[in-house]
Amino acid sequence: MIKVLKSGFYSNIQDQGRFGYRNYGVPISGAMDLYSCEFANALLGNSKRCATLEITMVGPKLQFLKPTSIAISGAHMKPKLNDVPIEVNSVIAIESNDILSFGRLDKGFRSYLAVKGGFITEQVFKSRSMFNNITKTKYLSIDDSIGYLDVNREFKNSNAHVKFDNSILDSNNLEVYKGPEFERLSSDQKNRLFHSELKVSKLNNRMAYQLEPLLENTLMPILTAPVLPGTIQLTPKGQLIVLMRDCQTTGGYPRILQLTEKAINVLSQKTTGKRLKISLKD
Amino acid sequence: MIYNLKYSRYNESSILIEWKAIIDENILQDVLRFKFLIENNNIKQKVEVISTYNSLLIVYDYAIDSFNSKIFTLKSLYLQQNESESTKPSHWKIPVCYADQFAIDLENFSNQKKLSKSEITKLHSDTIYTVFFIGFLPGFLYLGGLDSRLFLDRKTTPNLNVKKGSVAIGGQQTGIYPQDSPGGWHIIGNSPIELFNTNSNPPCFIKAGDKIQFQSISVSEHNTITRSLENSLFNLKSLKCD
Repeated sequence: MIKVLKSGFYSNIQDQGRFGYRNYGVPISGAMDLYSCEFANALLGNSKRCATLEITMVGPKLQFLKPTSIAISGAHMKPKLNDVPIEVNSVIAIESNDILSFGRLDKGFRSYLAVKGGFITEQVFKSRSMFNNITKTKYLSIDDSIGYLDVNREFKNSNAHVKFDNSILDSNNLEVYKGPEFERLSSDQKNRLFHSELKVSKLNNRMAYQLEPLLENTLMPILTAPVLPGTIQLTPKGQLIVLMRDCQTTGGYPRILQLTEKAINVLSQKTTGKRLKISLKD
Repeated sequence: MIYNLKYSRYNESSILIEWKAIIDENILQDVLRFKFLIENNNIKQKVEVISTYNSLLIVYDYAIDSFNSKIFTLKSLYLQQNESESTKPSHWKIPVCYADQFAIDLENFSNQKKLSKSEITKLHSDTIYTVFFIGFLPGFLYLGGLDSRLFLDRKTTPNLNVKKGSVAIGGQQTGIYPQDSPGGWHIIGNSPIELFNTNSNPPCFIKAGDKIQFQSISVSEHNTITRSLENSLFNLKSLKCD
């Protein structure tokens, strides 16, 4: 078990999400940066479906009550074990009562802590991903306990050769497909989308990221239609809203672009004020 | 009837199929028929189909190698007949209490529409509504059929906390809030029925294509149903009409 000594800014359990329940209005959820989540699991030899801890901006302080192994991938937050700095993207052995803490955010926005065998928390609709009104809690609080498997730590580090794709943290380019309503945009609007620099607004969370500046818009709302994480909507006021993993299942704003899977991961690692470009794939 | 459908790639792992962008019961039937065919044709593969008024979004659990061949398969599937019973719609009676303690906007609604409270609740509960799909919030039903005399634009300032079970009207739509949530619709009543339950599978007992009708109940009946739901003594099947 892990005891939460400090919760951090927004630490929540995430796996691959709830596939198969969107037709009941249940968001898919899952790790914002699925690549880093899967990478941390792979280092430990876990299944990619294992639940990890998604750590946002400011890390928690955690005490492990029994031995295990961990790996941390994604954003660089200067992790320390018993006050001694540890590497990201490597397997770290944990003894009883070890304390994991984090320092200043160096790069990226979200870190993923995986534990050997995965975290064992409440499971709803085949997923442990925390989401308001689906799971009992939506993030960790001080004094919470999180379970994990009692495992034999002796294992072959067979994934030691995998290399983390740093472009997830370094890239400022979001690759997109044309969305269903893309062709309704004027050539001037298209031009501005692909040739101007966009900025992450302070309105960004697990549901959506808003991008600045406004894009002058005369498109009318559409008949409510399906949306996915990565869908970029254009509101009547001209706001560009990029839907993220906790987004609603349907929406009524024109869907002008669709981020690639990788671009969703890249955007998940961006903080307020970061500058971005959008480019068409293919 | 065979419609002219538009197929397009949505992302690496999903395909969007669109009918003409109108709200129409015949289109709904065709959307749901095709949805059922796709789900039953993909039992061995993981696939999720999101339906709305005029669209199906088919999300596969893997990146699609060839969109052309997937779309070709879907097009031939569309032409198949299905005579299955599983898409058979149900008809539900949903109890709603229109009393002042729940209907916090009814007074204002009545003034704006120049209709008495009882005229409003009668018009609202006389109609048989069609469930087009579930979206927005877990268990939120998109209902078609609201009487045009009850159309009223959304509030300019949304309520920060609309209570779970609130029955409301916004624009040309009516609906029930399945959980506490912010919302800009006019609240005219409350239903004690749980439309979404994480302990049930499926989590919603009402499905797209079903019909529902609101049945006016008193405050004490509302209390009774709430209590029997809390004690798991309420049988949802008792709401079924057929």
